[in-house]
Order: sequence, then structure tokens, then C-alpha cells
Amino acid sequence: MSEIEFVSWVRGPGFQLAVIIFVAGVIIRLLEIFLLGRKANLAEARGSAMQGGLRTIFTRSIPDKGTLKKSSFKIVSGYIFHFGLLVTIFFYTPHILFFKDIFGFSWPALPSAMVDALAMISIITLFAILFDRLRNPVTRFLTTPQDLLVWFVTIFPLITGYMAFHRTGLSAPSLLGLHLLSIELLLVVFPFTKLMHAFTLIMARWYNGAVSGYKGVAS
Amino acid sequence: MSASLEKGINAFKKEIDSTVGTFFSSCVNCGMCADACLFYTETDDPERTPINKTEPLRRIWKQEYTLFGRLGKLIGLAKPVDHAFLKSWEELIYDSCTLCGRCSMVCPVGIDIAAMIRKTREGMAAAGHAPEGLIGASKRAVTIGSPMGIKLPTLMAQIAHVEKDTGLKIPIDQQGAEYMLLLSSMEIINFPEFIEAIAKIFNKADVSWTIASEAFEATNSGIQIGVSDIAAELVQRIVDAAEKLNVKTVISPECGHAYMAIRWDGPNLVGKAFRFKVRHILEVLDELRQQGRLKTTEMETQKVTYHDPCQISRRGGVIDQPRNLINLFAENFVEMPDAGKMNWCCGAGGGVSANERADELRLKVFNRKKAQLDEIKPDAIISACSNCRINLEEGLEEYNMDIPLLSLTETLAEHLDD
Repeated sequence: MSEIEFVSWVRGPGFQLAVIIFVAGVIIRLLEIFLLGRKANLAEARGSAMQGGLRTIFTRSIPDKGTLKKSSFKIVSGYIFHFGLLVTIFFYTPHILFFKDIFGFSWPALPSAMVDALAMISIITLFAILFDRLRNPVTRFLTTPQDLLVWFVTIFPLITGYMAFHRTGLSAPSLLGLHLLSIELLLVVFPFTKLMHAFTLIMARWYNGAVSGYKGVAS
Repeated sequence: MSASLEKGINAFKKEIDSTVGTFFSSCVNCGMCADACLFYTETDDPERTPINKTEPLRRIWKQEYTLFGRLGKLIGLAKPVDHAFLKSWEELIYDSCTLCGRCSMVCPVGIDIAAMIRKTREGMAAAGHAPEGLIGASKRAVTIGSPMGIKLPTLMAQIAHVEKDTGLKIPIDQQGAEYMLLLSSMEIINFPEFIEAIAKIFNKADVSWTIASEAFEATNSGIQIGVSDIAAELVQRIVDAAEKLNVKTVISPECGHAYMAIRWDGPNLVGKAFRFKVRHILEVLDELRQQGRLKTTEMETQKVTYHDPCQISRRGGVIDQPRNLINLFAENFVEMPDAGKMNWCCGAGGGVSANERADELRLKVFNRKKAQLDEIKPDAIISACSNCRINLEEGLEEYNMDIPLLSLTETLAEHLDD
């Protein structure tokens, strides 16, 4: 496959295929969960499940004192890389133009130099997270090959994007192709791994908060 | 209870609902639940990380209820769920978890890990991988009516003593009483003072109450071992007695899991909303306080603290009431660090105290409670669960700490204004 063939595949059929797998996969996964259903709670309520659920969706973003002390690295690094990742994906000018092509509308971008710095910080943080995961006895014990795969498909687009922005290593079309390929990999892997937490986290926090709220406890 | 692997797998499957699917889909293996669990913090054993304890349930969910997992199973990639695997998880699920629910409060993605461990126990018990101590307690609960093997004559003998000591009549099977009091076996045998305290307080506050001869046992081994059928049968006995006596409210005594069993799990176990209310004794007492029906005298001057029983506070929602009541009779009330909904478990709940195999571990993890107590050095500890109370006494002795344990209800009764 020549460079041109490769780039046109990842921009065309490759990308379409990845998006289809991503969308269909996420829908299947969510249906798999919702179709399991759930029995109604017959105990007399003390508080509101609705209020509890809504509250926990937000409050769980702020760790309790004990957890903050024990897991400060995980919490701070987690915040940094999620923030960096989101800003890089949604507030970098070329990305916004790309989304405009698909959705037909756009939003203001952040200065490229700022996004560039955030991407670099995210890459460094993700390496630190991997190092910490393999060093900490609990996370080392819990780590499965999937965790490493997810780490890789998350950092790969950041690295290829960074390389493409700085035009280092390969020719410009190859860099763009590689960047797109890395994103396609992320999209394909997404529905079948813990990356699904991006969608199910809200539901999980809701369930947790609702069961506590029903009993009159703020969780 | 005849057990088999097939029954176990079916029991796991029965537990899987949209919450389980959501929770397992959300876990990012961050391990933050470990530091919320005293079985990890006091042993540094990563296997005891709370989410790891749910592995049997996770395997079944993945293999049976996810597309990818089912495809994997077809080509033989699924991890086995067999007797050897379940056996290797038994100690994690029963000995190393009190279902205290602290992990569920810290999980950043919001997984109710304790609820999932509770569900995992259903499959474990049905497959025959529950501890002997809990199997015995459950059998006695079903056949004799009490996990400790206590029968009605024993209760009646204790009641006769109380009546003699107090000169008060303990109402038995009183039709149409407002409250029906349940008791834990532990209270009947070790703390009959509790019955005496209730008799005194209710007499002073002019409360209409009764004990049902057909359903006086509050504890429920079924929810500890994880056999819903047994749990439902034990709940049904209480429902039948409450309906027969036509009482308005059933009172759960100073016992953590008994409250969970009858208040929150009960109606769901029997599949029907109750016609009566269920209240914890602390809720009833706090209501009496609000109505001005509790008059106390002579404030306690020693430094007292309150140990929140997990199933009453964090998992039960009775958090403010004990504090309101303690303030009626104690002028030097000090909170432990993390008190209230984030309190540390004593280490004996969720059936751990009924499981002799876990004795050594239970006393080891008590070190967590010791650390909490060392911060404030109280003169006395008040609690509202006789299981916590027994365990705290044993733990304090093990660690050479001399702090008396008080029941909230009993201490309140001692401070009643005559």
C-alpha cells in the first residue's frame, strides 16, 4: 500500500468503518445494560432517589477527605489527563473544523499553542499514570491486558497528533494518516472496553446516589 | 440447602440487573476502593481490594450478558467459573468483607461495590461455598427461629427477670399495639438490659407496644450468607405476626443488619410493600424526644463518643437521631474522625462475627477502629448494635484498651427523670 493509498483509506472507508463500529458498539453495550432491567424498590422511602441520584452525579467528582489524602496522585493525574484530552479533542482549531464538516456547526477554539502545551502535559501525565499503575501494589494486582490496551489507544492519538502538529518523524500526509489511524483504533476499541465508562459513569453514579438518597443518605 | 455449581450459576444470573451491568461497565480498575476498606488498609493485601471481591459475579455477567463476552465464551476464551475458582474467592467474599459499604462511598465512577458483593454471596452460597459458621446460623434461624438457637421459653425467662426487676409488665402479643418490638438473639442472651431499658422508656413515655411470641427475632442470617429464600422466609414471619397483631410500626432493635433486613430489604425480599411501618429504635426514641416525651436528668460528664454501625448509618440513614439522643444525657460528646456516614466498620458485620474462620482477621482489622479511637481517647463508647458492641469489647481487650461500651438505649434509660 502506497502512502497515498494508506492516507485515502484512513480518511475514507477506514474512518467510516471505525465510526460505524463505535456508534453501533456503544448502542449495543447500552442496550445490553438497559435490557437487563431492574426491579422497583418496595421499601418505604425516607428520602428522594431522584435527588440522591442527581446529587451523586456531581458530588462524586469531588473526592472525600480520606480518599483525597490516600489517592492524591490518582485524583490529580486523572483530572489533568481527562481535562487535557477533552480540550485537545474539542478545542483545537483543525478538530473543530473537522466536527463542523460532520455536524454543520462550530464553536470557538483555544490558541493552538495552549492546546499544544495541554497535549504535551497529558502525554507526560499518562506516562506517569502508567508508571504509577505498575508500581502501586493494588493497581498492579488489578491491571489486566485490557488496561494496557486502553492506555495505549488513549495516548496513541495524543502522540500522533503531537507529531503531526510539529511535523516530526514522517512526511505530512503520513503523519495525518497515522493520526487518523490512531483515532480509528480508539473508536473501535472503545465500546468493548472500560472506555465505556465515559457513558456509563453517569448512570453508575445515578444508581449509587439514588439507592442512598432513597434511604436518606447523601452518597 | 442442597448446593451445586449449577444452582450457584443460576443464582449469580438472577442477581444480574441493569445496575450490575452499569457498574461493571464503569470500573476503570483505579483501585481507589482499596483504601476505603479496612480489610485492605490493615493487611496491605491487594487481593482484598473491594472490587476484586466481585470477580465471580463479573465473570458471569461478562460471559452471559455481553456480546463480546459471549463471543469469547464460544471460542473458549472465557475465564472459568467452577468450584475451584469459587472456593478460592470464598474468604475474600465472606471473611474479608462486612458489607459496610465504605467502598461504595468513594468509588469515583459510583459503583455500589458493597451491593455487588452482597449479590455475589447469593451465587456463592447456592454453589456451596459459604462458611460453615454462617450455614449453621442460617439453618438454626430457619428451624429454631434464631441463629443462636434461642427459643421462646428462653425469651420468656428473660422477660420474667426483667418484669421482676422493674415491676413493669412486658406486653406479649398485645392486639392493636402501636409498636411491635423485635430483638436480636444477642440482646436476649447477653443484653437483657436492653429489654429492661425499652420497658422503662416506653412506660415513661406512655407508648403502646408489644413483643410478638411468634416473631421476636430481628436478625436475618439469610441476608448475611446471601440466600434470598431464607431471608424472605425470616422476613415473612415478622410480616405475618405484625399483620396478625395489627400493629402500626415494627421496631428494629440495636442491631445493624437486622435493620437492613427488615427496613430496606424486607419488602423486596417478600415481593410486597408492607402494610405497617418499620423504624429503628433510635428513630422511635428520637421521635419521642421531639414530642417532648423523653425527660432526662443528671448529665453524663465523662467523654463519650458514638460508633456508627454501618447498616444503621451509612447503609441505613439513621445518622442524626443517635446524636440528638446522646445530647440529651451527655455534655462531653466527641466525634471520632470520619464519624457518621464515613465511619469505619468495627470489622464484625455482614456475617463475619458468625464465621469463626475469620476470627483472627477480624481482630487484626480492628486496628483501624483502634486508630480512630486513639485520636480522641474517649472514656466510653456508645453504639446501637449489639454485634458491634460485642466486637468492640473483644477488640479493645485484644488491644489492651480499657474503654467501656454502652448501648444508646440502655444509657438513655439510665438517665430518665423519675
